[in-house]
Amino acid sequence: MTLLSVENLHVTFDTEAGVVEAVRGVSFALGRERLGIVGESGSGKTQTGRAVLRLIRPPGRIRADRMEFDGQDLGAAGEREMRALRGRRIAMVMQDPKYSLNPVMRVGHQLTEGLRQRDGLSRQDARAKAVEALAAVQIRDPARVMEAWPHELSGGMGQRVMIAMMLIPNPDLLIADEPTSALDVTVQAEVLSILDKLVRTRGMGLIFISHDLRLVARFCDRVLVMFKGRIVEELPAHNLMQAQHPYTRGLLDCLPRIGGPRTPLPVLDRTADWAR
Amino acid sequence: MALIEIDNLVVTFAARNREVQAVRNVSLAVEARESFGLVGESGSGKSTILRAICGLAPISGGTIRIAGQPAATRRGAGFSRRVQMVFQDPYASLHPRHTIDRTLSEPLAIHGLPDADARVVRALTDVGLPPAFRFRFPHQLSGGQRQRVAIARALMLEPDILLLDEPTSALDASVQAETLNLLNRLRAERGLTFLMVSHDLAVIDHMCDRILVMQHGAAVEELPREALAKAQMKTDYARSLFAASADRLLGA
Amino acid sequence: MSALTDWLRDPSPASRRQARLGQAYLSWLRLKNNRLAVIGLGIVLALVVVAVFAPVLAPDDPIAQNLRARLLPPLTDGHLLGTDDFGRDILSRLIIGSRITLYIILLVAVTAPVFGLLVGTVAGYFGGWIDEVLMRITDIFLAFPKLILALALVAVMGPGIINAVLAIAVTSWPPYARVARAETLTVRSSDYIAAVRLQGAGAGRIIWGHIMPMCLPSVIIRVTLDMAGVILIAAGLGFLGLGVQPPMPEWGAMISAGRKYLFEQWWVATMPGLAIFTVSLGFNLLGDGLRDVLDPRNSGK
Repeated sequence: MTLLSVENLHVTFDTEAGVVEAVRGVSFALGRERLGIVGESGSGKTQTGRAVLRLIRPPGRIRADRMEFDGQDLGAAGEREMRALRGRRIAMVMQDPKYSLNPVMRVGHQLTEGLRQRDGLSRQDARAKAVEALAAVQIRDPARVMEAWPHELSGGMGQRVMIAMMLIPNPDLLIADEPTSALDVTVQAEVLSILDKLVRTRGMGLIFISHDLRLVARFCDRVLVMFKGRIVEELPAHNLMQAQHPYTRGLLDCLPRIGGPRTPLPVLDRTADWAR
Repeated sequence: MALIEIDNLVVTFAARNREVQAVRNVSLAVEARESFGLVGESGSGKSTILRAICGLAPISGGTIRIAGQPAATRRGAGFSRRVQMVFQDPYASLHPRHTIDRTLSEPLAIHGLPDADARVVRALTDVGLPPAFRFRFPHQLSGGQRQRVAIARALMLEPDILLLDEPTSALDASVQAETLNLLNRLRAERGLTFLMVSHDLAVIDHMCDRILVMQHGAAVEELPREALAKAQMKTDYARSLFAASADRLLGA
Repeated sequence: MSALTDWLRDPSPASRRQARLGQAYLSWLRLKNNRLAVIGLGIVLALVVVAVFAPVLAPDDPIAQNLRARLLPPLTDGHLLGTDDFGRDILSRLIIGSRITLYIILLVAVTAPVFGLLVGTVAGYFGGWIDEVLMRITDIFLAFPKLILALALVAVMGPGIINAVLAIAVTSWPPYARVARAETLTVRSSDYIAAVRLQGAGAGRIIWGHIMPMCLPSVIIRVTLDMAGVILIAAGLGFLGLGVQPPMPEWGAMISAGRKYLFEQWWVATMPGLAIFTVSLGFNLLGDGLRDVLDPRNSGK
């Protein structure tokens, strides 16, 4: 059952240096599965995620043949309809909780704000739901965290709070934009396993945007590789080592490995036809 | 006699009525022409050690010796000609209002070295950048190109020792590969000594001969590269770091 | 024309001058998009042009009295904006008076911000007791209401245009010191400052070559926004008879002289008032537009 379907998506920005095309004709379909979008900087992966939620402001422009979420046309939807979708049915987790959590509101307040304003719950009910959500992301002392300020939380904790916050309304689709890139390696594994469990048990669709090909392949069912605004390869995650496209192969091969040879690392051929 | 000797270094920061020990009794020695890696997560104190060597962090205990000489309280001109650093964030380590030419010729101007023109062009070609980039501003270059400029800048004074603070963490994977290759080439050509900091075990393994694992400001384990490749770690923390390292995830 | 724009837009400039001019050109393009800022710029440029060509532009002698043509209303033959109580043509007096306004603005703009920038960057860079001492001095000057302090200084030094400028400059520099210090504190811990320190640069080189360029945008914006205030203080001093002395046609003094006739012959006071209003507005609009252009966050990633 297709949850999200995108056809021929274009995102362009008008700057005084000219028109910049961030996304050039991207198409994909997503069911209740985990899709990874991998690319380096400038590949357009983040803009693709934001375009789905229509979070791109002028001078950016979104254009697509089709952008449908569960039967609803995202391209034609008005701002009010988008607001009803965002958060409630499509949620987004971003990279750095330092910047995505409001620094002047306590964690509990931020968690319950949406519940009280959007869903009209009473203070006790909202608080109970918030504590439940924090427990679901394996925070051991939810009551203390509710009273904390965002800057008092560690990176991993902050990101878990962010995930809890985004999952309270039980959305159908989660877009995670580099959710673990700002975290330490050991914490990354923990946060990812929490995300994994939640997505599985709730049967959500997940779009996982990252620059880390190996991480995405481990975590997702399917992988899209993007380069300069286009999708260069699409493959099931378990087939990653059999990737065909020179860019994907290049990305796989250029990373150093522990115990690998000391010879120079293979680099991308930036003069090749596909690299233009 | 090692080129860099650090004995029982203690670095304490005073923050909001509390004292935080960023580095606790760390000792290490780096031989000439060696490449030594400091690995750890955030808060491990690894970057602080580099800053302490440069005189950018307050030392409250222990000594640092470069080529046998204790580092003077104010790092003088001699120090600058011996030790230079490449910083982590290519977007923050170049002055946004200076052209690349200005950034590269400044160290020469400070030390009164002649022939700035020729040296700047040679520096750019040495790091693989076209001389046409000379009068660009940092915001007109990509992250990888900026980091190359940062490396070129560090080498303008022809130091013996290069301190590298996570030089590729902010770069894309493909650009990282190019940058690491460049660093290795320059090290071989100029006989440099590297003291490199990273959170990425695979990068450290590729670049360094000996490795010190740090956690919470203290040294956990020092091991040679071969031991890392064979997963012969003695401490639990080093082992957990190894297991969590991204390249283990695909069983590569 | 397009050869010039191509040269300015060249992605690989061949000299420092070309690089800087190219950046300035791109900033100009960004400023052009802001219509109000362009209007502000136009007003400021008009002030400069009028002041430079004042003797040529003024139709009448601004000082010669003609008591038979006293208090003529605007649009009288030969007197577009009317005459004042001594029969002097108001338009001519405004035009010649623009020189005085511009003179005051320029003198204040090259003294107060420069001094404030120096104090702020030194205080911010060195920290410690230097910072404390300099900032307490700044606080003391800030604590005085600007007009009162200017009045006191002029009262002590005697009236006159130079003393008025000095008084205004002395009261205007503290905000620039504050702004510069704030920027310096942010910039001080950057990696590029650490890099140049590691190269062996001394404090002077760092402050002059590395920190000040980063403080300039905030200071420039502040200067343009403060210009309106400077004009008003000069006008205030002139109004109280403590700045420029008659028969010099300073706008504030003109308003003061026209006070008596405000109800019947409103133009005597209102015309110079409108001139002050227009110039202040021009600087404010320009300052707002410059903030969008000079804000480092907007000048490319």
